[in-house]
Amino acid sequence: MYRYDSIDRQIVNERVAQYRSQILRNLNGTLSDDELKPLRLQNGLYIQRHGPMLRIAIPYGLLSAGQLRKLADISRRYDRSYGHFTTRQNMQLNWPKFEETPEILGELATVEMHAIQTSGNCIRNITTDKFAGVAPDELTDPRPYCEILRQWSTFHPEFAFLPRKFKIAVNAATEDRAVIRTHDVGLELVRAESGEIGVRVFAGGGMGRTPVIGKVVRDFLPRKHLLTYLDALIRVYNRYGRRDNLYKARIKILVNALGVEEFARQVEEEWTFLKDGPATLTDAEFARVAAHFTPPPYEPLPDNDPSFATAQAENKAFAAWAKRSVHPHRIPGYAAVTLSLKAPGSPPGDISDTQMEAVADLADRFSFGELRVTHEQNVVLADVRQRDLFEVWGIARAHGLATANIGLLTDMICCPGGDLCSLANARSVPIALAVQEKFDNLDYLHDLGEISLNISGCMNSCGHHHVANIGVLGVDKNNEEWYQITVGGQQGNAATIGKVIGPSFSAEEVPDVVEALVSVYLEQRTPEERFIDTFQRLGIEPFKERAYRGRDRRKPAASEEGAAHD
Amino acid sequence: MTRIIKNGSIVDDAWTILKLAEGETPESAALPEQNAIVPLPVWQARKDELVSRGQPVGVWLDSHEGPEAIAADLQHFTLIAVNFPKFADGRGFSTARLLRERYGYTGELRAIGDVLQDQLHFMKRCGFDAYAVRADKNIEAALAGLKDFSESYQAAVDQPQPLFRRRTA
Repeated sequence: MYRYDSIDRQIVNERVAQYRSQILRNLNGTLSDDELKPLRLQNGLYIQRHGPMLRIAIPYGLLSAGQLRKLADISRRYDRSYGHFTTRQNMQLNWPKFEETPEILGELATVEMHAIQTSGNCIRNITTDKFAGVAPDELTDPRPYCEILRQWSTFHPEFAFLPRKFKIAVNAATEDRAVIRTHDVGLELVRAESGEIGVRVFAGGGMGRTPVIGKVVRDFLPRKHLLTYLDALIRVYNRYGRRDNLYKARIKILVNALGVEEFARQVEEEWTFLKDGPATLTDAEFARVAAHFTPPPYEPLPDNDPSFATAQAENKAFAAWAKRSVHPHRIPGYAAVTLSLKAPGSPPGDISDTQMEAVADLADRFSFGELRVTHEQNVVLADVRQRDLFEVWGIARAHGLATANIGLLTDMICCPGGDLCSLANARSVPIALAVQEKFDNLDYLHDLGEISLNISGCMNSCGHHHVANIGVLGVDKNNEEWYQITVGGQQGNAATIGKVIGPSFSAEEVPDVVEALVSVYLEQRTPEERFIDTFQRLGIEPFKERAYRGRDRRKPAASEEGAAHD
Repeated sequence: MTRIIKNGSIVDDAWTILKLAEGETPESAALPEQNAIVPLPVWQARKDELVSRGQPVGVWLDSHEGPEAIAADLQHFTLIAVNFPKFADGRGFSTARLLRERYGYTGELRAIGDVLQDQLHFMKRCGFDAYAVRADKNIEAALAGLKDFSESYQAAVDQPQPLFRRRTA
């Protein structure tokens, strides 16, 4: 993974000093709360329902075992001994003390970590494929590109105060596992007929209040032009993106208003002035950064380790886990492993300090000391020998990290929701826990097969509900929590926004509605079909009909509401 | 006399910013006798008058006013100011870079409006060399904002070579 040189280290240390000064100036009254707000947000510090929340950057989800141990240590000393992984592959601490946050950043700096630009109207953490570097369907390792983008975006002087947040994701595989089409900018690494590697640039995707699938603004951009082109693209957004309305400030609104052709034309025009300038990337820089991502010392192994097959044959629980959690690897005899943070009774994405240490130990013993945080809020050990899988499973299971539900209904993406987040309209974790409780039978879940269920507590869509097969969105109606259900969304190459099935449901109804939706699938599916395939074949109607069958919507009339609140 | 930060030091400022009052038109507004920084509409309406005064001319652009509007007139200006109506309005950063990098403006480039310590580093990188720090703030303390970072990754006005072209392996 990327290791800091003295300059990277100095920049992060200077950031800690700057942040410390900002917090001190706020405490001594020379920097107002309003003035501090955008500054602290650019250091990941939110002020939430119960106090501050600190979002720590995990660039493109990659962590060393030592970094994860430091996070465990920080969570114990400065928080409540757990952290929460987010859909931007970051970690949130929910209970830090405001005045201690500079200390936390100082601690992070000792392990080459920070909280830079994890919030605010700036370029956020770059995300990518959880299987980067090991996926068999990969064209090239996207991580050097991500690191080059991380450095370019860190304190970009022109783009620190954009109209709104700006998210970039990179995919280099045949299958898009980084949801690049729902990003402000999605970058797909592609190879031209000449053999040259370049980038297909998508822009104007996003979730939030107005979900949009990104559109291609440039089909092929030679990689050396990556930064100058992005400078041009974001400059057009910085200058012409709307600033009068928070909900219309994302780049997707500008792209839609101009039309993608006109937006692309303006970017190209701007780019003519920047193209081939000093920010043009050099092969030497690619080589320098790529050298940090060279493959670990793999052992020469046969394609298939017989002990792995034997263990699966002999142990049903292991076989079920392997089916969901073990993924193909480009190196013979190796596999990537997903450790589930979706155990029943546990908020999705939460990880305790002892689990962090267990994962760090697993990484050290079995996966060259590194791990990845996934945007689905799980953890991946990317380089495990097949012959070690049984042992990894045993240790993971002992720490509650081996629920055999990856890719299944209970592998939910879920934001912290109204329990913690002050933006939320409704709680999301209790919904996730209720769904887990209802669908606690693993055989049933395995029979149901691949299906995604994502939950967001508000329109900001941190829980990615728009791109879930079944999406749950918390809405506030007259100070009551209600949940709107969407069906038919999906991530990946055919990223699709789910469709709302109708009036929203109460919290108690949601698990039953989920059951009603999957029952349509179970009755109608052909042997090959996943839930999404059946949905696409049948359309929304049968699902809608079943979801509302026998249900009283209990939508109070406005007059009754008014009376109730007086 | 107002004090500003210019070229890294605190200095007295001799310029006067003209802002159109309610009901005032660019044509009718009274010009300060000398060292006037006029709004773009005044410059556009009274270019000849301003030039013929034989005095140094300054113009200020609001955050929605692009540098294209004055790109052909740069030789007339001793000073260009860019207004930040709110510090979270980042359009002025692009304006500054364009003036310096695309249009080759070399005179004083001043940030005005909601100009605060923690923006100065970014402003400097984008080509500003003068900062009218918001009046209620301690300008001496704000000066520290220019020294928050000793190195930067990107190419910008203050350092046209990105770090990757300067890094020694």
